[in-house]
Amino acid sequence: MSQEVLLGAYVFILAIFVGFEVIARVPSILHTPLMSATNAIHGIVLLGAMLIAGAAKTPFMQAIAFVAVILGAANVFGGFVVTDRMLEMFKKKAAPPVEKPE
Amino acid sequence: MTNFETIIGPAYLVAAVLFILGLKRLSSPATARSGNRLAGIAMTIALAVTLLNPDILGAITGARLIPIGTIVIGTLIGGGIGVYFARTVKMTAMPQMVALFNGMGGATAALVSIAEFTRAIGETGDAGGAGQVVSIVLGTIIGAISFSGSIVAFLKLQELITDRPLRFGGQSWFNAALLLGSLAVGGIVLVGGSVPALWAVLGIALLLGVTGVLPIGGADMPVVISILNSCTGVAAALTGFVVHNQILVVAGALVGASGTLLTLLMSKAMNRPISNVLFSGFGALQTGGNGKGAGVVRIVKEASAEDVGVALAFARNVVIVPGYGLAVAQAQHTVRELADELEKHGVSVKYAIHPVAGRMPGHMNVLLAEANVPYDQLAEMEQINGEFDNTDVALVIGANDVVNPAARSDTSSPIYGMPILDVDHSRNVVVLKRSMNPGFAGIDNELFYRDNTRMLFGDAKASLTKLVAAVKTV
Repeated sequence: MSQEVLLGAYVFILAIFVGFEVIARVPSILHTPLMSATNAIHGIVLLGAMLIAGAAKTPFMQAIAFVAVILGAANVFGGFVVTDRMLEMFKKKAAPPVEKPE
Repeated sequence: MTNFETIIGPAYLVAAVLFILGLKRLSSPATARSGNRLAGIAMTIALAVTLLNPDILGAITGARLIPIGTIVIGTLIGGGIGVYFARTVKMTAMPQMVALFNGMGGATAALVSIAEFTRAIGETGDAGGAGQVVSIVLGTIIGAISFSGSIVAFLKLQELITDRPLRFGGQSWFNAALLLGSLAVGGIVLVGGSVPALWAVLGIALLLGVTGVLPIGGADMPVVISILNSCTGVAAALTGFVVHNQILVVAGALVGASGTLLTLLMSKAMNRPISNVLFSGFGALQTGGNGKGAGVVRIVKEASAEDVGVALAFARNVVIVPGYGLAVAQAQHTVRELADELEKHGVSVKYAIHPVAGRMPGHMNVLLAEANVPYDQLAEMEQINGEFDNTDVALVIGANDVVNPAARSDTSSPIYGMPILDVDHSRNVVVLKRSMNPGFAGIDNELFYRDNTRMLFGDAKASLTKLVAAVKTV
């Protein structure tokens, strides 16, 4: 295993522990907003799409990169906006979100 | 050209820290919104400094229009679509919206993995070390499952396809075979460096996402979306290995881990073990077809005192329905304490007094008066029944038959026709109860099984004391 992959593995594993710890005590009314927020955060793959767009040489690769950028951008921007809308309801005196039957 | 490595690295580090702080703030209602915005700032930083990446910067300074156009126009189109739907979607349709965005993220991860592999093979004939190729294969598989699975979840929740479980014989074996198949073909990718084999992996994984989610019923979709959400997180982290980018690894792993924990918490709150959700196809074949009716196991949802405390503190109005259990536990003083605490949070509190609450008519009023509950907070049944439709949380403490909807609707019920408090009309119902034993009349209460009902088991006084503590910490 190369040094770089190994270092990446360290980062990966430590981040997993942080991810567990940091939301360990979330109350159930925040489950849906938190899922939505983390959903927005993994939209960071847009960054990967940007990188392959920069490196793409052939039209086919450029097409793939274009689709990837569109999808990634929808994930990021849509994700954060929709989460913000949900959390707006937690403002004091506003109606709390009805626990969805789902 | 300047080397911007000295800016990119530290900026990614700042973004990683902000992501973590944002998640932290997201786990408490008071700070959640700022947490989301903090994560948004982290994202902005990460994306902005990525423009300084040598390849992209080279495209900008060299005025190579295709990469610039791909990034700018792609972001505008995707971002525009995302923001439009995020703004216009109805609050009730939120879960399927999240599913759709999640699927897009998964697809992105798979495409990035494939594109990077294709480029590396095409340019150098070598995709890098084994770690690199394994990341590519796994990123493709997980991203593709997340994509097609999320689309199925979306279609189910949007009721574009039936939300009933769709099953066929040997389904679990079929899915297991698909998973092994995708890994086996992934092995060919690893050994042979074959691009077509990687596309085959993509195809198998896409199919697996569909056949994996189809057998799961609509009611379990939120848990499924949560699982797929953490999958996309892992896929994003793997993509980080593929394009050698630490912030992708960090953010992806954060989502993968918190998403997994969230899945467990959700399935616990819904009282549905994960294995039940994913593999319910095994035992449920017989009852699968008809939604309701005999043989369907009815499930009560248990809540923790912390959860209930938060729900109460963030409600506009709470109606407390005291019953015999409260009197038995001598908890009237504690309930007063809880009401005081809630009023400090700006919640309007009322008590709904059923005529037969307690042991005899008027008993409850006396008990509450003893605890110095202001008289104007006590409401008789006729007064309060019209108000439940606008009540955020109805807190039922040790009452059972007086809140049983069967009295209104079920002509075969022994208590049919008894006037009841319509707590089932309120948005959320929390029932404090010692156990699932039926009430005085010895009949089951369907209120306890409703979707918007949560149970907090235990002695009324002990539970209320916990609630007071929970509300205080909000």
